[in-house]
Amino acid sequence: MGVRIGADVGGTFTDVVIELADGSFESTKVLTTHGGPEEGILLGIERIASEHGVAMASVEQIIHGTTLATNALIERRGALTALVTTQGFRDVIETRTEGRFEQYDLNIVLPTPLIERKDRFTIPERLNARGEVLVPFDESAAAEVIDTIAERGYEAVAIGFLHSYRNADHERRFRTMLLDRLPDISVSISAEVSPQMREYERFNTVCANAYVQPLMASYLFKLAEELKVRGADCPLYLIHSGGGLVSVETAAAFPVRLVESGPAGGAIFAADLAARYGRDRVLSYDMGGTTAKIALIEDYTPQTAKTFEVARTTRFKKGSGMPISIPVIEMIEIGAGGGSIASVDPLGQIRIGPHSAGSEPGPAAYDRGGTAATVTDANLELGRLHPDTFGAKDITLSPERAAEAIAAAVGGPLGMDHHDAAVGIAEVVDENMTNAARVHAVENGKDLAGFSMIAFGGGAPLHASRLLDKLGLDEMFVPAGAGVGSAIGFLRAPFAYEAVRSLYTRIDDFDGAAASRLLDELTQEAEMFVRQGTDAELVVERQVSMRYKGQGWEIPVRLATAEFDDFAAEALGASFTKAYEEFFGRAIDDLAIETVSWAVRVASVQHHPERLALTGATTVVTAPTTRPIFDPVTRETVESGVIERESLEPGDAFSGPGVIVESQTTTVLGSHHVAVMQADGTLLITRGGTSASGGERL
Amino acid sequence: MSTEEVRNQIMWNRLISVLEEQALTLVRTAFSTSVREAGDLSAGVFDRRGRMIAQAVTGTPGHVNTMAAAVPHFIDDIGPERIYPGDVYLTNDPWKGTGHLHDITVCTPVFVGETLIGFFASTAHVVDVGGRGYGPDGTEIYEEGIRIPIMKWAERGELNHDLVNILRNNVREQDQVLGDIHGLAASNETGRRRLLDMLQEFSLPDIDDLAEFIFERTSAATMAALTPVKKGVYRNQMTVDGYEEPVDLVVELTVTDEGMHADFTGTSPLSNFGINVPIVYAQAYFTYGMLVALAPELPNNYASLRPFTVSAPDGVILNAQEPDPVSVRHVLGHFVTDLCLGAIAQALPDIVPAEGAGALWNFQASARAADPTDLLPPVEMLMFNSGGTGARPTLDGLTATAFPSGVMTMSAEATEQVGPIIIWRKEIRENSGGAGEFRGGLGQIIEVGPTDGYQFEFSAMFDRVENPARGRFGGEDGAAGKVYLDDGSPFSAKGKQIVPADRRLVLELPGGGGFGDPADRDPAAHANDEAQGYVS
Repeated sequence: MGVRIGADVGGTFTDVVIELADGSFESTKVLTTHGGPEEGILLGIERIASEHGVAMASVEQIIHGTTLATNALIERRGALTALVTTQGFRDVIETRTEGRFEQYDLNIVLPTPLIERKDRFTIPERLNARGEVLVPFDESAAAEVIDTIAERGYEAVAIGFLHSYRNADHERRFRTMLLDRLPDISVSISAEVSPQMREYERFNTVCANAYVQPLMASYLFKLAEELKVRGADCPLYLIHSGGGLVSVETAAAFPVRLVESGPAGGAIFAADLAARYGRDRVLSYDMGGTTAKIALIEDYTPQTAKTFEVARTTRFKKGSGMPISIPVIEMIEIGAGGGSIASVDPLGQIRIGPHSAGSEPGPAAYDRGGTAATVTDANLELGRLHPDTFGAKDITLSPERAAEAIAAAVGGPLGMDHHDAAVGIAEVVDENMTNAARVHAVENGKDLAGFSMIAFGGGAPLHASRLLDKLGLDEMFVPAGAGVGSAIGFLRAPFAYEAVRSLYTRIDDFDGAAASRLLDELTQEAEMFVRQGTDAELVVERQVSMRYKGQGWEIPVRLATAEFDDFAAEALGASFTKAYEEFFGRAIDDLAIETVSWAVRVASVQHHPERLALTGATTVVTAPTTRPIFDPVTRETVESGVIERESLEPGDAFSGPGVIVESQTTTVLGSHHVAVMQADGTLLITRGGTSASGGERL
Repeated sequence: MSTEEVRNQIMWNRLISVLEEQALTLVRTAFSTSVREAGDLSAGVFDRRGRMIAQAVTGTPGHVNTMAAAVPHFIDDIGPERIYPGDVYLTNDPWKGTGHLHDITVCTPVFVGETLIGFFASTAHVVDVGGRGYGPDGTEIYEEGIRIPIMKWAERGELNHDLVNILRNNVREQDQVLGDIHGLAASNETGRRRLLDMLQEFSLPDIDDLAEFIFERTSAATMAALTPVKKGVYRNQMTVDGYEEPVDLVVELTVTDEGMHADFTGTSPLSNFGINVPIVYAQAYFTYGMLVALAPELPNNYASLRPFTVSAPDGVILNAQEPDPVSVRHVLGHFVTDLCLGAIAQALPDIVPAEGAGALWNFQASARAADPTDLLPPVEMLMFNSGGTGARPTLDGLTATAFPSGVMTMSAEATEQVGPIIIWRKEIRENSGGAGEFRGGLGQIIEVGPTDGYQFEFSAMFDRVENPARGRFGGEDGAAGKVYLDDGSPFSAKGKQIVPADRRLVLELPGGGGFGDPADRDPAAHANDEAQGYVS
């Protein structure tokens, strides 16, 4: 295999991973450059190539994920954009759902619409729900709107008409007229960006796409150009929110699909590990500096959804952001990271987050002027982190500062000493993450019993063994390279594109021919995008979202076929009933069933990585040193083993209480946990006596 | 002691998390529009005496303490000696549940071995309860549907098939209604199992100590939140349109060291129609208003709700008694929040907003063939729509946003997919927010008409057409609502009417009141209002 590079541009750091010819990985971290976003990634790519003696010309593939689109939406740094919509619907993106995302806040501030009212224009035209014309497209009104767009100098235009997911004719006609007059303007139409029913979500999505498009297109083409200048003549691909790869051209046309691509990389990283170890039900747990992200992975494939929310204004609160309806790897993100700040609420309850101390000034223990007590401070107080061996950030942690901050923020108000307060902080953040995982499972109709956990990101291994116990799971994996998991995940992603379109039907009145036609079109569309990147063999997956008539939530149902015969309706109904039972425990007889949206995902065939057998414990190793560490199992501080991860050989078994330290993170073991080093450098952790299937009991 | 402290906190969080899982499942499986779009449901856990320990945070304040009060009724009516493991109880009694027949409350006892340790209860708004259907037109509770006294849905695990049969024969959408009841029972069962798991995990025999911890903590925090409010008596009066005649809502609010008491003496007498409010529901919106103003971070439980009490003489519209009709008790109920906030505004001038549109402008129509010889199936439709909220002491009001209700609107495209309706317009109503240093939230304009050979039989219940939302401290009133047909012919804001096949109904929703003198408005904010076309 040739040399490949994955680059994950985050808000603070850019992680660059190189996969060398022998299949091994190396990584580097550089600061993200906000002024010229391509500069940081180019620096990182050149640096890692030269460090490992790789000529740029011999790199075969570069895969890139970036938060640039997300940040442009959050920071409102996009193009001057106009929205053109159906007469009577100028304010859809402003009136939102008409709800308040926080019931108990009189001073709630709703997010400002991405495109202000003065930049929203309407045209007489109207389709009904079947896509039939009720009011013809008014060309003269359209011409007037185009005059205004030209006069006011808009850089981008979003077009969103009612029911365009059924019939895109009017949207296309407006685009044609606009481009005839203003050939250089950036245009997005909702029927192409997100042909899903529900105007608020669709209009928002097309607005977001138009808004970031000039910026993203310019960045992507410049990056591709600069890479060529530097001798990397290889293809550049982008990772999208659904966890697949697309070409630069596709990414530039649909940049909204790049939102949330970093976290998607993490989920793919975990899915790949799940496949290596043959674990078909996995909870992926990624904890960084500001948040924890939890995703479910079944059959080595992360769960996906059709909509998500970006740029939440009240941190992490559902409903406070803008909905984006595109295929996405589904995960729950909560304000629980190393930098998350602990406080005591009026009830005397310890609260963690959602605010984070970030990296500047950072937790109190960084001793850089931060005074907030954070999760990291608690971990230091509990002995889980050591002052001298924390991360690679050239930071010496200050236990005194940490203790002071904890005492001030939590200990004092609750009348506890700082140590007990630190225990409380750790316990609350663990409980928060556990509850998020449980609720996420319920939302997806899953029971976590029998799931394995994969823990990565700088913070997760510190807390994972406690989550393992709280969730009642039997085993967890802590992979090597956990700190740059997303970038490694990029290199494991297939070429993939998911096309989605709404077609509302009743099963008792099912038009199989129309459904087959739609699936055909979706397959062609998705295949076209995938073929821009690969000639590989493709796999096609089809899905329809269904519900009982009268319900508001749909559940996804996988389709075995795109051909529908006379018995199709019955078969669809049976598939839905089965899926419904899985979700909610019981189906309901004799109720009409509806379809809402249809989706086709085309992906290059992923050859599952070679299956790794678990390495059983062969040697019991004891720690060369010990220090007092709080044991999450016995709830006591005890003298605990400290061992370097690098010193462990495959088959080495290390029992808690103790910590396994490495440059990017620390893995904490309670007194009943046992870690066994695997052949690929992954740690397998189980509870002694509840050893996982395949693993050997010590 | 301190380890105990953290343990108690963790268990408290766990209880709330269990209830949220329960509520989430209910939302996703419910058939009722108001459940899934408005979160018109609740789930709670109670101690063995029926005191609510914790409640899921859901979208509607209407169940804030109605459900909390329900469980003691279950204990009394079933009789402590007839409570067995495997039992499930239910009721939709407006006075023992949540104020109207459409809400079904299901209650499940939890046993450890043979010992009763507590209860789970959950409530959801169901699609139909028979009778006349959902609307204000019944003149007695008997016309409003089937009334289920507190009784056993299951005893020792055996389903009460007679009750199922009675329900099946008394409601229109049998499968959906019974589906929702089964869903409520199943969600309580999930809660029960999770609680037992938790007791085992934490090695607890019961939840009594945890309940005491939660009550003690909450009680202290609630009293602390009440401390800054100057003790005394505060009054407010608010006139709203009502149904057959205007309704005066009057409150006398007494703040003492023990809590707050709202007395509704002076409020208009009962209506002949189903807009009357059982006092437990008025109490819910009073309590919500006070908590949101004073202690937004407090959880709802027995201890946080206890200090908020209400009273009213017999015969006033906020104190309906059986057999008064109460079907749409939410219309006036929603105004109770603004009424009580208005009273306390004198004590909390920096917290309380101006009046808002208050009651939702629900579009509730029966689509029927315009030509009766056409064999078109009947279709029932429901849309939630909100006007503007009142301006806040430091912020403009919210445009087209529900308050105090937690309702959300439905997608126009989705609505058109399921019914013979075209929504021709749904846009911000310019110039409808009351001027002020802070402007009232804007209402919206909605135009809807039937399609595909249908007409609408329409039961109108729109308020604030005669009585706009009042401004506060010099802020101007919001615009009153308007209702008419698109050809200009009048359409009453109340009562049964027809929207013919070729006409559109136009609704101009009220705006919120302004706060403070308009002359003090920031010029930049005013300029932005003009640039965006909010004000012209």
